[in-house]
Formats: sequence, structure tokens, C-alpha cells
Amino acid sequence: MLLYLFKRIILMIPLLIGITIISFAVIHLAPGKPTDMSTMMNPKASLEAKKRLEQLYGLDKPLHIQYWNWFKRLVVLDFGRSFSPDRELVLNKIARRLPITILISVLSMVLIFIVAIPIGILSATRRNSLFDKITTVFVFIGFATPTFWLALLMMILFGVNLGWLPISGLKSLEYENFTFWGQIWDRTAHLIMPVLLSAFGGLAGMSRYMRSNMLEVIRQDYITTARAKGVSERMVIYKHALRNALMPVITILGLSVPGLIGGSVIFESIFAIPGMGQLFYSSVMSRDYPVVMGGLVIGAILTLAGNLLADISYALADPRIREGRS
Amino acid sequence: MRPGNLTQDFLRRFMENKLALLGGALVLALFVVSFLAPWLAPHNPNYIDVKAILIGPSSNHLFGTDHLGRDVLSRMIWGSRISLKVGFVAVGIATLIGVVLGALAGYYGGLVDSSIMRFVDLMLCFPAFFLILAVIAILEPSIWNIMIVIGVTGWMGVARLVRAEFLTLKTREFVQAARVLGASDLRIIFVHILPNALAPVLVSATLGVAGAILTESALSFLGIGVQPPTPSWGNILTAGKDNISIAWWLSLYPGLAILITVLGYNLLGEGVRDALDPRLKE
Repeated sequence: MLLYLFKRIILMIPLLIGITIISFAVIHLAPGKPTDMSTMMNPKASLEAKKRLEQLYGLDKPLHIQYWNWFKRLVVLDFGRSFSPDRELVLNKIARRLPITILISVLSMVLIFIVAIPIGILSATRRNSLFDKITTVFVFIGFATPTFWLALLMMILFGVNLGWLPISGLKSLEYENFTFWGQIWDRTAHLIMPVLLSAFGGLAGMSRYMRSNMLEVIRQDYITTARAKGVSERMVIYKHALRNALMPVITILGLSVPGLIGGSVIFESIFAIPGMGQLFYSSVMSRDYPVVMGGLVIGAILTLAGNLLADISYALADPRIREGRS
Repeated sequence: MRPGNLTQDFLRRFMENKLALLGGALVLALFVVSFLAPWLAPHNPNYIDVKAILIGPSSNHLFGTDHLGRDVLSRMIWGSRISLKVGFVAVGIATLIGVVLGALAGYYGGLVDSSIMRFVDLMLCFPAFFLILAVIAILEPSIWNIMIVIGVTGWMGVARLVRAEFLTLKTREFVQAARVLGASDLRIIFVHILPNALAPVLVSATLGVAGAILTESALSFLGIGVQPPTPSWGNILTAGKDNISIAWWLSLYPGLAILITVLGYNLLGEGVRDALDPRLKE
């Protein structure tokens, strides 16, 4: 197991290097320079000042040297400083916001798991029943629904018309005055809509995926064997079939990480949640290149971490891989 | 089997599938609406009427007016052109890149294959939306740039698909026959193998159009896609968000239009897939 883990991590190193090259190339191969924003906006900036600024950021050197300098700092987790007036360290900026996005992503993964799996099992075991047909319709509509639109509709319904849920931020203004339980409820209420929406796209996909997995597994010989030797249908479905149908789900959960993180841009900016997605979006809008590059790298690393976690869980769950520990 | 039979089989299976037909009809409707926009739109989509700001749906303005008094229905009708264009151009770019890289990887194998596929793995590491935003940050937000960026960040699935097709097709006898006859690699790839691999590409392109429309609307909604005054379904929704507590119609209708269009492309794509290969249908 440890050896397996070690191999997986070693294989990630070339990918990590590739990630840094692409993140760097995206920003630097484009026309215009990162300093254009601050010099063009300022009519007093002379040609000389412009040169000085470029020198400060090392933009006067050839591209591969710039990359190498940036990469050397990355290795020790130095992402540089933000272009914003406070000149904060990019790493601090991201570290402050990342936990919020990860919290919402994990909560929505849990939600996807506990809602979509039973739906998938039920529609597979009762194939072509009314339940199956209704969920199929919902799945198709779910695939076609723009999440940000659903967010607007939910804000109108639950936030504006009914007034049940808050529509922005992570806590209320008068949060400090609440009792302990009041504070807990306040936090929860602020998370309900973002988590639901972040999970929404995955719900449709996962229930569909679970349904076809289940249908596939039920057709296998070992299920026929189990039935033939007189195992009850409940046992066949929930023990023999389910265990095998769940295996690929682990991988899919791992693969859903980039989607969840990418999606955070949309619902975090709608609900004004100070997470990674909102940071990335606002840095893009203000052309804060160090933060954009840092965000790209961190986003891709999280994806790799998600895949690694999925691989580990898969290995733990599948005896064929687990046995290889010796 | 003669090719005519295959086509007839395909058409018969497609016509029997009610959902696929519904999808086809919805996509056709999008085409009709965007081609006939100048005649269908009841008002000038950019006419600003300060006396009719944020008026709810009425007989004069079926879907109400926006914060500048413009007719929402007319803006939606003109906005359908954006969705149509984005779907075609973005997916066209993605398909072109995916087909060429996938074909090269599958046909040549070895080092070519492994370097192309490692690049695919690498591109898939990035949250797609982050990558798109980063590129758009540098380029000016415009409809063309949006389409190019969505295309350039969305070809990986096609490449994997085409590669898999090529891996099986290149061992077939007709390919060997072509090689014996002295056909060049390029000719074998594009004239002999590719036409046989196009069916699944078509399906994934149709489904890809749905994804591209969703991405464009999200970008325009965030204000980095199609720029006003050009109407797009996404940027009408931005106004919906800004006026969320007073003008529900600004949020409801454009989103419904996106949903219906995307649903149409998805149903059409799945219908084509099932009709091409009935075995795939569980």
C-alpha cells in the first residue's frame, strides 16, 4: 500500500511541473504586459518609470529565465505578492480563502453522495417504473439548468419572497450579538443555498452514473449466482451488487473536484462568499497576475489531490489492490 | 451491408425516439428564431425607453422591460444568435483540435501518443472555468475571444474519443489495404480512418454545444463574456441579479431559454447516439 502510494506521488511530479508551465504560459504568452494596467492608467508614468517597473517584476528578462525564477520560488511555496495596493503575499491571500471553498465543496460532495446514490439504486432496481421515469426527466432538466440561474431563482424565492434564507455572505451583520445556537444556525443558514447549488450539477450526473453502474452490475454472473443459491433479493442488491457498483463512484467523486472548484467562481460571486472562486474572479477582473497564476496552480494541485485521494480510497476498498501491500 | 441501409436504419431508429425528435425540434426552433430575429422581435432590442424602466410583463412587453426600459423578449430573441454562434464556433474549434491530436496519437502511437495524452491529462488538471477566466483576463472580453477560449479549453474529451477509435480502426483490413496500395499516412488518417470515426465525434460535438452555451452564458453573466449593449441570455441575467428584489421577469425568462436550448441539444445528441448504436442504449 505504501509503495503504491509512493509510486502514485512520484508520477505526479511531471504533472505538477506541467501545471506550472501552463499557468506561466497562459499569463506571459498573451499580448500586453502585466504592468500595462498600472502604467497605462497613469498618464504621469514615463517610459523610464515603465522600464523600472518591468525591472522590478523581472519582465525585462527572457521568458525562460522569468519562468525559472518564478518556479524556484514556487518550490518553496513563495507565490510572490499581490498587485493589489496592500501588496499581500499571494499565499496568505489564498490560504485565507481556500478553507471556505473546500468546506463548501466537501459538504456538497457529501450531499451528492447521500442523495444521488439511493436515487441511482432505486431507479436501477425499479427500472422503467414511475420513479425511474420521473428521476430521468429530472436528470435531463438538471443537466440543462444553468446553476447561476437556479441560484437567482432560489434567491428570489427563499431570500426575497419568503425571507427564509440569507442571500449573501457567510454570516449576518449582527452575528456577534447572537447566542451560541443562534450563531450556529446563522452559519448554517448562510451555507444552505451555496451548498445545494454547488451540489446541483453533480446530483444529476451522479444519480445517472449510479443507475447505469447498478444496471451493469446486476447483469453480472455473480449476481445470478447469488440469486441462484437463494440469497434474498435485499441482500443481493444491498450487499453483492451495491458494493461493486459503488467502486467506480469513488473515482468519479475524485474527478468532480475541478468542476466543484471551477463552479465556486459562479456561486461565490453570486452569494458574495469570500472563497477561492471569488478571489480568483476578482483577481481576474483587476488583472492581479500573481494571484491569478497562484490560483491556477493551487486549483490544479487540488485536482491532483482529489485524484490521489480517490485512488487511495479505491485501493483501500478493492482487495485486489490492497493485497499488493507486501 | 450497403451504406444506404445503415442510413435508413439510423433514420428509422431516430424517428422512433420521441425524445430525440423533441430535441431536434428545440434545436430547429433556435435556428428559426435566430435567423428570423429582425422579423420576430416586437421591439428594437437596444431601444432605451426611460419612461418604461423595469415594467413587468404586459401585452406590450410580454416578458417585461429591463433597467434601461428595453424590451426583454426582443433582447432574448436577438440573444439567441449569440447562443447559436457560440455553440458552433467554440465546438468547431474544440472538435478540430481534438480530432487532429486524437488522430495523431491513435495512429502513430508510441512517443507521439504518450506525449499528446500526457498533455491531455495535464489540461484536465485545471478547473476549466479557472483556465477560461485566466485567458479572458488577458484578452479583451468579446464574443470571438469567448468562443476561441471555450474551444481551446474544451478539446480534451474529443481527443480521447478519437484516439480510442483510431486505436481499433488502424488494425482493420481496409487500413492495411490502403497502406499496401501505397497511401501516405496523412491520406490514411484523414481519408480512410477518420470518416469511420466521425459518428461518435458528431455525438460528442452535439453534447459539447450544450456545454459551450452554458459556459458562455455563465461568462456573460459574470460580465466577462458578451458585452452590453449586445444582448445575450447571460448578460440579461446580470441585470436580473442587479434587480433581484424587484424584477423577477429579468431572471426567469432568459434562464428558461438557456435551459430549453441546452436540453434540446442534449436530447438531440443522446438521440443520435442511440440511433447510431442501439447497443449503447442500456
